[in-house]
Formats: sequence, C-alpha cells, structure tokens
Amino acid sequence: MSNVELSGIDRTVIGADSAPSSQSSDNALAPAATKSRLGTRGLQLLSWLAPVVLVIIWEWLAQAGWLSPQVLPAPSKVIRTAFKLVTTGTLLNDLGVSLLRAAAGFVIGTAVGGGLGILVGFSRVAEALIDRSVQMIRAIPFLAALPLVIVWLGVGETQKIFLVALGVTFPIYINTVLGIRQVDPKLLELGRVQGLSSLQLIRRIILPGALPSILTGVRYALATAWLALVVAETIGAQSGIGFLAMDAREFLRTDVIVLTIVIYALIGVAADGIARVLERRLLAWHPNYGAAR
Amino acid sequence: MSAHVAPLSPASFETGPAVVVSNLVRSYGSRVVIEKLNLRIERGEFVALLGESGCGKTTLLRALAGLDSIQGGRIVAPRRPAVVFQEHRLLPWDSLWRNVSLGLQVPDARERAAEALTEVGLGDRLDDWPRNLSGGQAQRVALARALVQQPELLLLDEPFAALDALTRIRMHELVRELVANHQPGVLLVTHDVDEAIALADRILVMRNGAIAYEHRAARNASTPISRTELLRELGVNSHSIH
Ligand SMILES: Nc1ncnc2c1ncn2[C@@H]1O[C@H](COP(=O)(O)OP(=O)(O)O)[C@@H](O)[C@H]1O
Ligand SMILES: [Mg+2]
Repeated sequence: MSNVELSGIDRTVIGADSAPSSQSSDNALAPAATKSRLGTRGLQLLSWLAPVVLVIIWEWLAQAGWLSPQVLPAPSKVIRTAFKLVTTGTLLNDLGVSLLRAAAGFVIGTAVGGGLGILVGFSRVAEALIDRSVQMIRAIPFLAALPLVIVWLGVGETQKIFLVALGVTFPIYINTVLGIRQVDPKLLELGRVQGLSSLQLIRRIILPGALPSILTGVRYALATAWLALVVAETIGAQSGIGFLAMDAREFLRTDVIVLTIVIYALIGVAADGIARVLERRLLAWHPNYGAAR
Repeated sequence: MSAHVAPLSPASFETGPAVVVSNLVRSYGSRVVIEKLNLRIERGEFVALLGESGCGKTTLLRALAGLDSIQGGRIVAPRRPAVVFQEHRLLPWDSLWRNVSLGLQVPDARERAAEALTEVGLGDRLDDWPRNLSGGQAQRVALARALVQQPELLLLDEPFAALDALTRIRMHELVRELVANHQPGVLLVTHDVDEAIALADRILVMRNGAIAYEHRAARNASTPISRTELLRELGVNSHSIH
C-alpha cells in the first residue's frame, strides 16, 4: 500500500517531461489526469451510461419474461402506452389540469409567503405578531394537515390548490425573511448616504440583496408544490395525472402507473431547470450562480 | 435637545464654509467620545484628520454625514455630504454605472455616471460588475459615486487604507486632481502621516475627543510641515522608530 502511494508521489514530482500515464497501475494518479484523457464531454457521456444500461436490462428482463407485466411493464410498453394515451386518450388534458393546479397553488403560496415574509422582514412589530405563529404551524409536516383540509374543503379543486399553496408558503416565507435580514447593513447605510427614499432603498438594495435567499425558497417551494400535488391528486381526483394513476390501479394497468410516475419525475426535473435558469439570469452578478462574463 | 444638524441652502455655499461644527458632543451611552469639538472647513479646502486608532475620527465623520444623532453642539452641513468609506460598498448586483448613479435623480443618469467613471479612468467599464474589479478600481468607482453628486462636502474615511502602497500613491494623484476640479470641502480621515502631508491644505490631530493640534498650509507652504512634529503630536517618539 505504502509502496503504491510512494510511486504515485514520485510520478507527480517528475511529472511534466516523463511519460504521464503509460503504466497500468494507475490508481494513485490524480483525478485531473483522468479528466484530461476523457474530457468533460466524455465524462458527461459516461455519467449517462449507467441509467441507459439499467433501462436496457429492464427491457431485456421484461422481454425475456423474467419480469411479469403485472409487476413492471417493459419500457417500450410504457412508451407505446404514452403515445396511445396522447393520441386517443386524455393524457395531455390531465397533464394540463395537473400543471394548472400546481401553478395556481404556487402563485397563491408565493404571494402569501412572500407577502408575510416582507412584512416580517421589515417590521419588528409584524415579526412579534406573526413570526411565532408561522414558525409553530411550520413545525407540522404540511401533508399531515390533509385530513383536516379534506374535512374543510372536500376533495375538489380547492382542496388540491390549497394543499399546494400550503406547501409553498413556508419555504418562501422563511427564505424571504432570512434574505431581508441578511442584507448587509453597510449597504443600507450607503443607501442613506446616497439619499435614497425608503421605496428606493427597498427596490435598489433590500430586494436584490434578499434575492439569492428568496430564489432558494422558490426552488424548495417548487419541490414541495410537486409533492403536495401528487398527494392531493391521489385522493378523490376526477382528472389530472394522479387521477390517471389511481384509475389505472383499479385495472392493474402498471404501464399507465409507471407512465404517470415518469411524468411526475420529468416535471420535477423541468421545475428544477426553471429554478436554475431563474437563478442564472437574476443572479448573474453573483459569483456562485451567474455565468462568468 | 440642544443638538441639531442644520442644513444650509446651496446658495450660502457659493462663498461660505462647507461645514461648521461648534461644541460637538457625541457619546455612546455614558462613554463620551467627542467633547466640545470645533471645526470649520471651507469650500475647496482639503483637511486631513489624524489621530490614534479609537480616538473618535470615524465617529466625527459619521456625525458630519448625518448618520448618527449627536448629544450636544451644532453642525451646519450641506443636506447631503458625499461619503467614501474604507470599504468600497459597491452594490454587487448593479453594474458600475448603476452603482455610480445610485441616488442620482436626473434623467441623464447614465451619461453623468459615464462622465464620472471616465474621470476615474474606468470609462470603458460602464456595464461591468463590481466583482471584476481590483481593490483600487473598486475604490475609484466609490470616488466616482461620491463626486457625481457634486457634493459641497466630501467625507473620506481611510479610503485608501486597504490598498497596496503603489495603488495608494496613484489614488492620491487622482484624488488631488478630482478635488481640484470639483472644489468640495474635504475631510480625509487617515492614519497615514505621509498621506496627510501629501494631500492636505490643513492637518488636524484629534485627541481626547477634540482637535488638539492644527497645521495649516501643508502642501504649498514655504515652510514644509515637519513629519517629526506630527508624529510627536500623535504620541510617537520619532527616535524609537528609526
Ligand atoms: N457603535 C458604537 N458603540 C459603542 N462604542 C463605539 C461605537 N462605535 C465606536 N465606538 C467607540 O468610540 C471610540 C471611537 O471610535 P472610532 O470613531 O471608530 O475611532 P477611530 O475611527 O478614530 O479609530 C472607540 O473607543 C470605539 O470603541
Ligand atoms: Mg475609524
């Protein structure tokens, strides 16, 4: 063991002019050497290799009859089902309904969470009045409130949108308050020196300063919105992706169920992508987010 | 209740002083930092304020800037003195021209910012981010931001302390030039005796909460100021440092 390490050190010291990596006992080589040989593109391709291989094995097991279609249908079957549901069924409609619910809940939750957050962030009085209650409600996992929400609102659209909004409100609230609190007091002082009005102070210094934290909240909120939607749609829905899944369960249509799971996953990825794009565009100035210019 | 800051109308500054401080008292709780301090700076006059660390230089400057309340005496200052702090305090989310024009209430803010940035040698970096600047460049932008307001009084709190020696000398040249062009009254707080000698028309030493020593006409006087004398006023025995 110590031998290998020593030879590794030797090679690093000699480095540049001696042949870099002709020997095969390469495990002591720095990762940089591996990177230079494969390139970033190569590594990226490699990272996709494992999932692709897994899907191929899955397909093969299903084709060979090792996997019962009742348990897990072949990926090709899922794709065919997707096409069929798009052309003859209501998949697109259901997808639209689900997205609308998520969007409505997200907008409401963001407005409430952001509004309360700005109030509490700016006013000590508002903090004394609001913050403790919000922190106490936040201690409840919001999905635990579902039975109560159903008693209040039934299992219609309102219940679903409410649950999503509930899940979105807290991450937005917490990160808005945090962001406002973290604004550098020296910059606030500078704002006063430059003669900014309160409104200009908010627009030019406080909100931009709080934005990184707020966008972190948005990213969390997108994830919880999605989770809330899945749960809400699983109970008593007449349309939407969740309804499609529960309907398929009655007929043991595992291909449809797997399809809905995949759709949920894809939309989750898309939501994360949106959050990323927002961060990159709005935080272009920030060394941790913006693309270097 | 005897204390207040009285704004002067711009007209009275055409010929009058940039700031007049009489019997200023400033305390933190029961701890009195400034006691019965008097000071007058004319327009176009460059005053350097020396004093050992913790003697109250920043406290005085903040009072002049109207950032803190005062406990006694009277400050007659323009409504909005410009301030350059030791840190540049640029807004990282705004481009350079947006930073320079912060608080500027004119329609042609961008042009005005461009002029100011050109004056400090950064006219080609209008749309750049502060994070791409060196320390000296960032401090130059802070100077541009102060001067674009066309202040009657410019307050500088050790603005070059964090810069390397060479950059500091370049900044001295720039500041001298800018002040000559804009003619504000200047109060430069510094701990650097040579900086004070290089820049100021008048050098003050602060001690025990008041101005303890004053030396006039440092730059163009027939009798150049004695560095040793200043150091002695600052409590440094010059023999011990050679
Ligand atoms: N916010 C504050 N609260 C209490 N004491 C302070 C505060 N700011 C400064 N002081 C005290 O006032 C004195 C003068 O400080 P300062 O004006 O910053 O000194 P200088 O700028 O000359 O180094 C110091 O003793 C410091 O401890
Ligand atoms: Mg200081």
